[in-house]
Amino acid sequence: MSIITYNLPALVVALPLLMAAVIALIPSRRVAWVLTLMTVISVTFAAYGNALMTIGASVSYELGGWPPPWGIEFITDGASRVMAIIIASLSLVSTLYAKPLIEKEIHLDDIPRTYAAWLLTIGGMMGLVMTADAFNLFVFLEISSLSAVTLVAMGAGVDRRALMAAFNYLIIGAIGATFYVIGVGFCYAVTGTLNMADLATRLPEATSAPVVVGLAFMATGMMVKAAAFPVHMWLPAAYSYAPSAVSSLLSAVATKAAIYVLARILFTVFGGLEDVTGLIMTWVLIPLSILAMFAGTILAIFEHDLKKMLAQSSIAQIGYITLALGIGTTATVTAGFIHMVNHAMIKGGLFMAVGALAVTLGRRANLASITGLGRAMPITTSALLVCGFSLIGLPLTAGFISKIYLISALLDEGQGVITALVLLSSALSVVYLWKMIEVMWMRPAPEGTKIQENPWMYGPVWVLAVANIIFGVYATPVVALARDAAMALMGGGA
Amino acid sequence: MIVVILMMVGLYMVMSRFNLVKKLIGLTIFQTSLFLLYISLGRIDEGTAPIIDASKDYAYSNPLPHVLILTAIVVGVATTALGLALVLRINDAFGTIEEDEVLLEKRRDYSQHKGGEG
Repeated sequence: MSIITYNLPALVVALPLLMAAVIALIPSRRVAWVLTLMTVISVTFAAYGNALMTIGASVSYELGGWPPPWGIEFITDGASRVMAIIIASLSLVSTLYAKPLIEKEIHLDDIPRTYAAWLLTIGGMMGLVMTADAFNLFVFLEISSLSAVTLVAMGAGVDRRALMAAFNYLIIGAIGATFYVIGVGFCYAVTGTLNMADLATRLPEATSAPVVVGLAFMATGMMVKAAAFPVHMWLPAAYSYAPSAVSSLLSAVATKAAIYVLARILFTVFGGLEDVTGLIMTWVLIPLSILAMFAGTILAIFEHDLKKMLAQSSIAQIGYITLALGIGTTATVTAGFIHMVNHAMIKGGLFMAVGALAVTLGRRANLASITGLGRAMPITTSALLVCGFSLIGLPLTAGFISKIYLISALLDEGQGVITALVLLSSALSVVYLWKMIEVMWMRPAPEGTKIQENPWMYGPVWVLAVANIIFGVYATPVVALARDAAMALMGGGA
Repeated sequence: MIVVILMMVGLYMVMSRFNLVKKLIGLTIFQTSLFLLYISLGRIDEGTAPIIDASKDYAYSNPLPHVLILTAIVVGVATTALGLALVLRINDAFGTIEEDEVLLEKRRDYSQHKGGEG
């Protein structure tokens, strides 16, 4: 193997982190954007290349040449492969889309630094999914969330409430991360190792109170970061007051990375302690996920502001994914990963479309201000419609595939009640989408003028809308990747 | 023991104070308890600093937790710095750093938005 291909796992993480430092110093916002885009394109190539080279295998990469139990290990297996691909692809589309929005919503002097934080977020999340070291994971977690807080705070140029949202995100996020590290500390105390594979073999031998406490702390910390139900309070404000470009990036990938880590903790690190993790999944994860499905959907129904509506619906969608993890069979975890991929495309597309509406209108998009836009901005709003249908799970869209796999996996487990609840909450999600569709398409535009649409804005939205349709019709690659991910997590390798 | 007390004091401060700077102080106390937890893990009774001296048979403390916590301290400093920077900006934008007063201001924003568009 050549030196580049061998080092791909490290490159996907190191490249954005290094370029962030360079871009922060560049005064020209145009150059900064071009460099950011080039970096993200390279990262995308690296992530795909790495995935293609390692298909069907689990490849370990030793950082700095130190062998795994001592040195930090990066691992490319089914699960990190699919996550790296989601993060790279969605970052690429968001970066393409970011330029016109960031220039409108953020103070000119701040733009290069915004791109620097943007790359730090991407690099941090990449590290989060690649690393196989429990403590190293915490460092990447904090890199990505501190830079995400900075990005959210950039929304202050449009709406000062962004600052308070960012502050709460910072405090709650820091507490979550600290919980995670406390858990790692307990596990380290009984096993003397931080490598995940090593932990997985040594933890079952050390079954004792510290292990259970450690698991509880780690799982709680990651649930905070993933915005699982009762600890999701930071999410709606942070996503809705962030600049539009940032909302689309964060909603598409940020919580997914945390959910992936949660899965990794439950199935890989503590995979040998099924009685303990089973307890957490049955009595904590499943009930909370079901509450999340309903709380998120119902709050979204009563929401007028579109970005907040979408953020609340994210809570419900995260509920579906954590529910799938909570049931904990290979089939449901596969369904969870399918939904992670699809939801990244759906929510990314929806937030982008709403962001494009808000920037074109020059004010926040709510049910009053988008009245009649279906006719005034047909290109953007029809992409919104496609992603919306996918969110509900209409046939021929990606959302349908996730629902089908989730429901059939649930029925295989004999979980009739839970299946009914899933169906009920997806039926409820029609309500808030219909409210959006009704005011956009069924009512006349107040001024009746046609608004010039910017191809830089609707182009990326349509990329995701088309992706939603393609992966709704031809779902094989997504399903294969997700199944690989589930196998890698549950089987403890390969 | 002191770890648990600090942890609870910090967490309580984060949740109960309205003053944003006090919240940050609480967060710092909470994180400090974590540092102490790790450092106490590395201690071995009668242990000495882990500098290998082959001539004598010492018990050495485990240096790894200390190194880890050095990283965590750096992260903690970054978190506090970012938090304080945000508090400064909040003070500029809202004219206060008391959370309940900020909430009042936010509510005013909200009603203005509604009124402007309704």
